[in-house]
Amino acid sequence: MANSNEEILAGLAEIVNEETGLATDAVQADKSFTDDLDIDSLSMMTIVTLAEEKFEVRIPDEEVKNLTTVGDAVAFIAQAQA
Amino acid sequence: MTDQPNVVVTGLGTTNPLGGDVESTWAGALAGRSGVRTLTYDWVSRYDLPVTFAGQLAVPAEDVLARPEMRRMDPSAQFAMIAAREAWADAGAPEIDGERLGTVVASGIGGVTTLVNAWDTIKEKGVRRVLPLTVPMLMPNSPAAYVSIEVGAKAGSHTPVSACASGAEAIGYALEMIRTGRADMVVAGGTEAATHPLPIASFAKMQALSTRNDDPAGASRPYDVDRDGFVLGEGAAVLVLEREDHALARGATIYARIAGVGMSADAYDVAPPDPSGAGQSRALRLALENAGITPADLVHVNAHATSTPAGDGVEAAAIRATLGDDADHIAVSATKSMTGHLLGGAGALESLFTILAVRDRKAPPTINVANPEPGLPIDLVRDAPRDLPSGQIAAVNNAFGFGGHNVALVVTNA
Repeated sequence: MANSNEEILAGLAEIVNEETGLATDAVQADKSFTDDLDIDSLSMMTIVTLAEEKFEVRIPDEEVKNLTTVGDAVAFIAQAQA
Repeated sequence: MTDQPNVVVTGLGTTNPLGGDVESTWAGALAGRSGVRTLTYDWVSRYDLPVTFAGQLAVPAEDVLARPEMRRMDPSAQFAMIAAREAWADAGAPEIDGERLGTVVASGIGGVTTLVNAWDTIKEKGVRRVLPLTVPMLMPNSPAAYVSIEVGAKAGSHTPVSACASGAEAIGYALEMIRTGRADMVVAGGTEAATHPLPIASFAKMQALSTRNDDPAGASRPYDVDRDGFVLGEGAAVLVLEREDHALARGATIYARIAGVGMSADAYDVAPPDPSGAGQSRALRLALENAGITPADLVHVNAHATSTPAGDGVEAAAIRATLGDDADHIAVSATKSMTGHLLGGAGALESLFTILAVRDRKAPPTINVANPEPGLPIDLVRDAPRDLPSGQIAAVNNAFGFGGHNVALVVTNA
């Protein structure tokens, strides 16, 4: 089932909060996972794994390095759901 | 032993079925309270488990740790972290050179919850759903690793895995780290989080567990004629060990001295102890020699005493064989009657009890012993704590494990 971009952003924010303790409203589309949210590569892989399950999509491991910002991840998930 | 530095205890921490910290735990033990109860975990009703009770943590880990910490640590590491933080703060959280600080945190079984849950995930959802930290979480050394990171310990971080002797072996190893000059301080202890359907099913199939489901608090009854097996417990205990002159120089509060350790192996069987008790007896004798004391100096033994029909008798005979007639006036406590058996955490929690017994000159009671085994060759402290003598005193903590691992630790006043 396809989600709106807002729903995907909110869902990602919940996952990031669960994994890192970061407040959900800190997770904005223009934020960089590494530079702004301080998420390391292992946590990123955890977030991607949880996102795959939540949004019922496949995010190939080689794609993860291209997901620099939260917005990149939202766009990728939206496209994968389409 | 005169050429070796004295090693003292300057910090204590624990979370276990009796309490979420040292103070409440010790008060509970002296009051003869049981921490054993019907398990409240959601998985209990999901399986047809033959045993539905254990020593479950008095204060759940999620009440203490932040949620991201909980997610990154197997329960075994969570418990160790809670205990280590209390112990380190209790020691004054000194700023010392990390290269002179070590950690030794033992586990008997390791991250069984993480391991089994991850395998369930593979079967139910496929390999892509396995989280990347699964292996670092299930490794038995992960509690030691987390504790070393927490306190900045760089002199070495070690994980003895010797079943139910693990926690005592950790303290023995820490003692030797300091004696041999590898560290000035060591954060040492043991942890276990095996209140999980798999260990329960296995131990029950071995007929090693009490099945007294209708009377959890009365189920662990060491040396009682009606004992029917051990009661599983969960939790951790951590001590801060320190070279005595180092502790004195920084004005630390000293609880007691760890005066000696004895270790031996039965080389007999992977589960039951050598019924002759020879290995247990040798560990005890070596510990006394290592501490430079004789049985006449001993006033208290915290026995391993799990409440299994066979094990308790072997230990009582080994204590008698080693201590001889001195055993007539050595107070023996079996604190698993109150906490259940913390497996890899047991030797650490019981060392903590032994240290506090020496400090407060009080041997904790053994509860649930309505009918002691006839002809029991030791002086069991029952029902109420017993005062220990004044002056210089020494006590021993015994810890024995599946596989024939035997450890005895000697504790004295500082």
